[in-house]
Amino acid sequence: MTLDEIRPGGQCRIKGVSVTGLLGQRLLDMGFIHGAQIKVIRNAPLTDPVEIQLGEYQVSIRHDEARYVEVEPL
Amino acid sequence: MAVAGQPNSGKSTVFNMLTGARQHVANYPGVTMEKKSGTYRYQDMRIELVDLPGTYSLTSYSLEERIARDFILHERPALVVDIVDASNLRRNLYLTFQFLEMGISVVIDLNMMDVAEKRGLEIDAKELSRRIGVPVVSSIGNRGKGKEELRKAIFEAYKGRGAFKPFRIDYGPLEPSLKVLEKQLLDNAHLSASYPLRWLAVKLMEGDSEAQRLTEKHLEDPKETLGYVEAKREEFASQHNEAPERFIATRRYQSADEITKHSVRKKRETFLTLSDTIDKIVCNRFLGPVILAATIYALFELSIVQGYKITAHTWPLLAGFKGFVASILPSPGFLEEPFLRSLTLGIVDGVIAVLNYVPIFLILFALIAILEDTGYMARVAFILDRIFRHFGLHGQSTLPLILGGVFVGGCAIPGVMACRAIKDERARMATILIVPLMNCMAKTPLYVLLVSIFFVQHKGMVMFFIATITIIIALAVAKALTITVLRRKEGAPFILEMPPYHLPTVQGVLRRTVERTWLFVRKVITIIIAIAVIVYILISFPGLSEQRKAHYQTRAGGAIATFFEGIEGSRYAPLFEVPGLMKFMRYWEGYKKARMGAKGKETKSAVSEKFQSRNPEFFTIVKPGRDKEARKVNTGFKRLVSLRKEILREKREEIISSSYLGQLGRTMEPFTRFAGFNWRINIALLSSFAAKESSVATLGAIYQPTEGGEKTLDVRMREKERGYTSLHALAIMIFMVMYPPCIPTLIMVKLESGSLRWMFFAALYPTLLGLMMAILVFSGGNLLGLSGIEAMVGFYAVAIAITALMALIRREPKIDFGRR
Repeated sequence: MTLDEIRPGGQCRIKGVSVTGLLGQRLLDMGFIHGAQIKVIRNAPLTDPVEIQLGEYQVSIRHDEARYVEVEPL
Repeated sequence: MAVAGQPNSGKSTVFNMLTGARQHVANYPGVTMEKKSGTYRYQDMRIELVDLPGTYSLTSYSLEERIARDFILHERPALVVDIVDASNLRRNLYLTFQFLEMGISVVIDLNMMDVAEKRGLEIDAKELSRRIGVPVVSSIGNRGKGKEELRKAIFEAYKGRGAFKPFRIDYGPLEPSLKVLEKQLLDNAHLSASYPLRWLAVKLMEGDSEAQRLTEKHLEDPKETLGYVEAKREEFASQHNEAPERFIATRRYQSADEITKHSVRKKRETFLTLSDTIDKIVCNRFLGPVILAATIYALFELSIVQGYKITAHTWPLLAGFKGFVASILPSPGFLEEPFLRSLTLGIVDGVIAVLNYVPIFLILFALIAILEDTGYMARVAFILDRIFRHFGLHGQSTLPLILGGVFVGGCAIPGVMACRAIKDERARMATILIVPLMNCMAKTPLYVLLVSIFFVQHKGMVMFFIATITIIIALAVAKALTITVLRRKEGAPFILEMPPYHLPTVQGVLRRTVERTWLFVRKVITIIIAIAVIVYILISFPGLSEQRKAHYQTRAGGAIATFFEGIEGSRYAPLFEVPGLMKFMRYWEGYKKARMGAKGKETKSAVSEKFQSRNPEFFTIVKPGRDKEARKVNTGFKRLVSLRKEILREKREEIISSSYLGQLGRTMEPFTRFAGFNWRINIALLSSFAAKESSVATLGAIYQPTEGGEKTLDVRMREKERGYTSLHALAIMIFMVMYPPCIPTLIMVKLESGSLRWMFFAALYPTLLGLMMAILVFSGGNLLGLSGIEAMVGFYAVAIAITALMALIRREPKIDFGRR
């Protein structure tokens, strides 16, 4: 499963990031690493992007980019 | 020393707290990133601090990260003051480790302790310091708490450098390769002297492009080392089923996790913070857009509308300044204006036209600083990103477009300045290029003028058309630019931290407001002066031929002679013996001006008294009362004044139309005819290049009032351009929508894009596109026999259709997503 498939209110754990390069590095730098827990908070009023809670902080990410975050639902 | 840290860690507040007002702003060499530095004294030491850009990491992927990294690498600051968000320790330590890896001394400042406290976190700074092996102090930057402790810690850390044994991440299975690499690099004298070798080795294993470049540059035989790196990277990837850079990042996070676990204790669980509650409302599907619209409206209302009202009070000050300058310059003759006088007044006019906007900017910048400090800007980007993304823009493009005047009444200069915040390089460039298309305040007067002449019955509808057509066209243009000229620019993923809401501090907001306004004024004024000179030359040279000059002299002489004939024998005649005539003329004009400005009986009589005491004899003529002889002189002089005005007007019109600018306007007429512009309009449009408000001013000069100017400009224009239809007006307005940025904006485009090429592009593309659209509307409308309103509706429909089509173009993102 990937992060963009988790509905608002859902929780999941990161299994990995399936992209390298700029996006991959940025995701790693912002803490999208194996084992981190994510809570999906809400979609933007126009559905995209999506706001999530990652560890201690909140971050918004486009669905297109969330697609590269592999997760397992909790 | 460098002040560094992640975004939203309160880095700038701590920087301001440490340095106070002693700051200096410059740019990092070769890029448009602002570099702030400041100094302070502590005991016997003078400490210079440089504020590095806020970054999450130190890779080669983004400009900010490269700048921060290069500064530490090449400038070798004595130490790095690492500002850490105490409520977000784990992610912030991830960056701290990278500083340590670069072999630089670090002092950690745990900032925003109050936020951590509110979240129920208790941080053991001593334990943290023990584990990381660097000094740790805590502060609450926006309340000024922790300043002395931090200054002391910096001082002591500097004195005792080398005493600390900083924490070192164990990269486990990568360590053998790192050791081999370090050893290979050590053999190179230059590399080992200039760069931290472990850092270089780690970076090479990460596959970092800068580390590769450094190796290639300095090693005699880089192939061996790089070959080794490549082999080891592949070996690691196949053995661990994971890219080395990912493993390295994970190790850093794990180490941060480990340290955090031992030094942070969660005293109590917090479920829903105030920030979360606010977000529930502000980002709500229905309420969110409503609140956003209300915020934008309030921003517009408070700054542009209310600020404009303030300018009504500040304008007299500026006008007074101009009056003062005029009074110390050589005074004008009956027809001739001294060169020095007209040039200086031209410059002063240009400068005060810009200074007039300062109240608006102060309010605008203050409101924006508040919105930024609260954290609302991130929510705006969150809400609007979906729309903008379709056009190659970014959620963060919202603010620049609002400032530029999305609907009506902004200014492109702060708009272009605000593009700095956009992290996506391609979207940033696209935004810079379309912001000038917005309806800045200076475009508005021309719209209002044309609408009130040609669209009397459809005023509201046409203003709505103008207010909305700009953003429709701009979006299409943005998309077109993104898929053509900006194709190769670096994109960036949209991963935007949503910081918790903060209450902004008065001091912080004021500081930023003044800073930005000053930056604007300083940059623009210097340029305006140069431009005013150029425009003055273009509009007044080559001047009239001797023959024409003599013609006007003769007419003026005739008028003066007639006046003297009329008052011959009068007992007031000696008053006007030359040079008495011009002296009286200035007295007369001064009195008329003062009377016009005076409102109410009392001020009027005060004016009278003032002028009477200044020169009682002159005053009898100005206000003759029952004195018959004085009345006769008064009537004669009135006629002389109006004759002089007429001659001056004709002369000025002839000078303008025969000037370089006028010649250009005429040369262009055969072509611009297709857009419906005659040479007069051409001149007005050409002159607005310096500053758009001059379009109306120039039209005002061309359609000079006769007989004392009781008719307004729209009446005069209507009389002079009888052949003009609403279709002409529509073409002019559409051209104005696309009008190239004024020169101060172009300068800002150059500063923000960092290249002259983009500046010329920003000037050229709107001109061509605007002309094309104007020709299409005018010639096409003529061909089809459409009225202005019909053509407008048609144009609107076509524009919407094109923009909608542009939104549908799905292009593979050029971001290096490097899919596996």
